[in-house]
Amino acid sequence: MARLRQPPLIDLHTERGASVTSFGGWEMPVEFESIRTEHEAVRESVGKFDVSHMGEIEVRGPDATELVQRLTTNDVAALSPGEGQYSAVTDERGVVLDDTVVYDRPDSEGYLFVPNAGHDEALYERWCTHREEWDLDCTVENATQRYAMSAVQGPESESCLESAADAVPELGRFEIEPMSIAGVECLCSRTGYTGEDGFELLCASDDARAVWDAVDCQPCGLGARDTLRIEQGFLLSGQDFDPESNPRTPYEAGIGFVVDRETEFVGRDALTGATAPEEQFVGIELTERGVPRNGYTIENADGAPIGTVTSGTLSPTLGIPIGLGYVPTADAEPGTEVRVVIRDDRKAGLIRNPPFENASTEQ
Amino acid sequence: MSFDIPEDCYYLETHEWARIDEQAGTARIGISAFAQDELGDIVFVELPEPGDAIEQEADLGVVESIKAVSDLYAPLSGTVTEVNDAVFDEPERLNEDPYGEGWLLELEDIDADETDGLLAPEEYERQIE
Repeated sequence: MARLRQPPLIDLHTERGASVTSFGGWEMPVEFESIRTEHEAVRESVGKFDVSHMGEIEVRGPDATELVQRLTTNDVAALSPGEGQYSAVTDERGVVLDDTVVYDRPDSEGYLFVPNAGHDEALYERWCTHREEWDLDCTVENATQRYAMSAVQGPESESCLESAADAVPELGRFEIEPMSIAGVECLCSRTGYTGEDGFELLCASDDARAVWDAVDCQPCGLGARDTLRIEQGFLLSGQDFDPESNPRTPYEAGIGFVVDRETEFVGRDALTGATAPEEQFVGIELTERGVPRNGYTIENADGAPIGTVTSGTLSPTLGIPIGLGYVPTADAEPGTEVRVVIRDDRKAGLIRNPPFENASTEQ
Repeated sequence: MSFDIPEDCYYLETHEWARIDEQAGTARIGISAFAQDELGDIVFVELPEPGDAIEQEADLGVVESIKAVSDLYAPLSGTVTEVNDAVFDEPERLNEDPYGEGWLLELEDIDADETDGLLAPEEYERQIE
């Protein structure tokens, strides 16, 4: 097995007592205190995550807009410098290869987009190949190793940043501006993966320590990052969709809103007739004890298999078992009774539209 | 990090403990402090029912934390007389008090000779070092 990549602060995290896990080819902290403690910090106050496993690819030059436009599903031309957008990268079949955030850099120096862990090299190759194929004039750089990224998330994230920096830029959702923390120049965006207000900070790898230390709040690992995003119904690339093992269009995956079919991009023609998919990404709330997990079968009320759980957990916020997965559109209506097969037992549940923000049934 | 390993228990290599009452011929079963720490926040417990006969080292149920599913194995053979129902509603008891309020079940008709196949506290301590 190839050697795992490491975020610049891995030693700091393990000295702090974090347990680590391998994820997307990276060795990352999974838990500092406990998933429950970290999850609650983000829902109720503020927490910080080292997300240096996320990739950064920069595209600059006269044809940068065209290249990014033709390889992502959203309308890149609609962005102004300092704005970002959630988007998807699809192949010719319209199948999602990765989901990403595309930023129009605030310095007007082209675009920066953020592939998921382990996808940076493939997407870098994809961008380079298509640049040659279409004969476009721009540079593409895989800057993943050059950047460290941290996420500050929670209702008190803004005040936490204000305590760490002289000035926090005024940012709307998905906006990005330069900012200085502890003397380090960062790019700060109002984005995240938790459903809470929050910021993501990009800085040079060598400066990661100063920024991390300046942001004074609960450190959180990938464990809490996962439970937080599952409660929101946010997709995890490679798990809730995967071009090989679980190929899904943006419409199946519930992110049709990132597809602008007025623009020209790889996969557009395939997606034109795919806006009403036969299967849909849904949430499931179990009304019996059990924990839905990746790979478990979903059955309808008659006991016929209709789908598979892609993600699941015991919701730390609600105290109920929740899952995500794909079922036929006919079975996707909220309130539809389903079963999840856990070790040969059928556990009753209901289809729900995420986010899971309150329990629909008394436990 | 050092973990609590009570002197009055025997241990299975898979991190279950058994506290034997020799006079009564019964044993109480649970998971170790090390096991609960490895698992993290425990959210679900599945156990046999009173009356079930179990064999040493056979499946004894499942403990799930937020991040993992872990099978339980029986440190001793016997018949289940009592299950700690409180852990179904409050699985966090296994994290908070694994040798006390977080016990799992009680067995009768145990065979004390089976402790030969278990680890003494100092042996278990060496295993988890």
